[in-house]
Amino acid sequence: MTPWNDNPVLKVEHLTMRFGGLVAINDLSFNVGRGDITALIGPNGAGKTTVFNCITGFYKPTEGRLVMKQKKGDSFLLERMPDFKISARAKVARTFQNIRLFGGMTLLENLMVAQHNPLMLASGMSVAGIFGLAGYRQAETEAIDRAKYWLNRIGLIARADDPAADLPYGDQRRLEIARAMCTGPEILCLDEPAAGLNPKESAELNALLRFIRDEHDTSVLLIEHDMSVVMEISDHVVVLDYGEKISDGTPEEVRNDPAVIAAYLGVADEEVEVVEEEVGL
Amino acid sequence: MMAQNDSLFTASLKDAAAGGLIALALFGITLGMRADVAAGLGGQMVIDYRWGAVAIIVAIVFFGRLALNLFVWKSDKPVTQYFSTLKPKPGAGSKVGAFAKPALLVLAVALPFLLMSYYGASGSRRFLDLAILVTTYVMLGWGLNIVVGLAGLLDLGYVAFYAVGAYSYALLAHYFGFSFWICLPLAGILAAFWGITLGFPVLRLRGDYLAIVTLAFGEIIRVVLLNWYNFTGGPDGISGIPRPSFFGLEFERGENGFAAFFGLDYSSIHRIIFLYYLILIMALATNFVTMRLRRLPVGRAWEALREDEIACRSLGINTTNTKLTAFALGAMFGGFAGSFFATRQGFISPESFTFIESAVILAIVVLGGLGSQIGVVIAALVMIGGFELIREFEEYRMLVFGLLMVVIMVWKPRGLISTRTPSIALSGKARGISADLVQEGHG
Repeated sequence: MTPWNDNPVLKVEHLTMRFGGLVAINDLSFNVGRGDITALIGPNGAGKTTVFNCITGFYKPTEGRLVMKQKKGDSFLLERMPDFKISARAKVARTFQNIRLFGGMTLLENLMVAQHNPLMLASGMSVAGIFGLAGYRQAETEAIDRAKYWLNRIGLIARADDPAADLPYGDQRRLEIARAMCTGPEILCLDEPAAGLNPKESAELNALLRFIRDEHDTSVLLIEHDMSVVMEISDHVVVLDYGEKISDGTPEEVRNDPAVIAAYLGVADEEVEVVEEEVGL
Repeated sequence: MMAQNDSLFTASLKDAAAGGLIALALFGITLGMRADVAAGLGGQMVIDYRWGAVAIIVAIVFFGRLALNLFVWKSDKPVTQYFSTLKPKPGAGSKVGAFAKPALLVLAVALPFLLMSYYGASGSRRFLDLAILVTTYVMLGWGLNIVVGLAGLLDLGYVAFYAVGAYSYALLAHYFGFSFWICLPLAGILAAFWGITLGFPVLRLRGDYLAIVTLAFGEIIRVVLLNWYNFTGGPDGISGIPRPSFFGLEFERGENGFAAFFGLDYSSIHRIIFLYYLILIMALATNFVTMRLRRLPVGRAWEALREDEIACRSLGINTTNTKLTAFALGAMFGGFAGSFFATRQGFISPESFTFIESAVILAIVVLGGLGSQIGVVIAALVMIGGFELIREFEEYRMLVFGLLMVVIMVWKPRGLISTRTPSIALSGKARGISADLVQEGHG
């Protein structure tokens, strides 16, 4: 029973990425199910972030195909598109492992920059905007409303006019997710969204991700080390080790997969249960 | 550390003595002996000894260091701790700014009449010329501010676009007899075109590399102008560039002149006043467009680019195009200012477009505070106006200039007006963002 194989939003096919002699990803194939939260996990250096960079166009894959299929049926070959078009046209949004907000700009401005492309069109490539035509003002009001909606959602509306660099770490993480959502994505790629969060913030993040999946009809692909997040919210888990897929399935299946346990814990099978209890899996 | 049980005074004395010794070694050679050609001795070289000057320098270093040691560096209660109260409080500037901006504008508009009433027609010419010069630099500063201040691209060859604008007008007038008003937009378009031409290959570079290539571009333009003798006149320049007219009225004596039309007595000051208002309007238009663009998506994208280029790309912003628009727009305003320069001078040559011009414009932007429009005005007033007024002390200009730079860099490393105003705010009151949080761009 693998629901992510029929009508997936993103198909990764035979993805290979080499840096010189180093094979970071080797013939990796998996599907990201439409409307699923898919987790990409694996030990450090397994190649998870490289997969992300290939999907979002920051790296060009050495081999393989990345097929993105949107809700209304358009499909895009991501490996052939420049990075900004992947976000603008194919509607893939991402966040970064080390947060990349526009620190000197306010929260509201951060969310406005994310709506650059539709606003640019509305401003007639700035010409109409300079003369303050009504069409642009309408579009700007709508953009502000969308920004306000997301600020409300992440509970930071009171700080809308503060610079983003002033926010505490957990709030910055949430703001980066909100900023990615303001681009109106069909698939949201989150690189370790729970890193550095305390348990309460982790729980809030889980709620936010579920909200994004259910209310905004957006598929989520996330890299995560925090197993409490992964096991609780994922619909589908893909496990990488040394650039290869070692397991693929529901959280329940992956959790009991001996290959995964070996990769993570490196113990003999008969000791697994003991160790599992110790680490609280 | 050495000799912790030394008393404060002994330690300071030792340190100051070491400083004095180093000063003696350095200045003993550089200042103490001067090679000179003796007059009347058949051009023989003689060495001039100036031990008095060395003694003064060494004394200054010794006592200066002693005083600093005693009161600042080694003291338990350094006097500098009281200095922090002298620093302006954050946010204090915005209140002043709210009054200063309209006041400066009113002053700028009323300036010719104030000068005329105070100094008379002939006396005020000198000051009006200076005001025109300062306003030209304000406009150039505002133009460069788009590239350096907003988009965070370091452009060391901005004067190239100034030159393109000036030569566009001069050459079009020279070969085709076009008037100023036709050439003004053409000069801007040509400069923007060169901005895009340069930008396309160059804007993939970042930081130091971008700075070097723009620097080279500025020199290329100047060298081409200098060597293409048949077309540009080379070092001879182009003279007899036509003056601008006021809606078809020339500023000249006689029936069809400006003075006769308005029933005024002819005076050469009319043209100067007209030029002043012309550049003022052009500069204000630059400011208006920049401030408008800052609130539009493209302006926000420039600032976002300065903050983090990779994040911009992840949000679907075409960074190449965004950089190009900033470059082209900055170049365009440089071109406008250039064609104004040509029409004001009536004569241009490559001499006017050397690297030092780029450096001065960049210094105005940096001293004023990257991205701050009012900062550029203050910096241009001080750097251009201030130095022209003390022209008599020619020798000391560079000394004062250097000192001013050092003071600014120590006191306000991000420029005079360093807080960033948000381009949009939910609550009515937009608070300035401290410069510490704002990135400077990586080229």
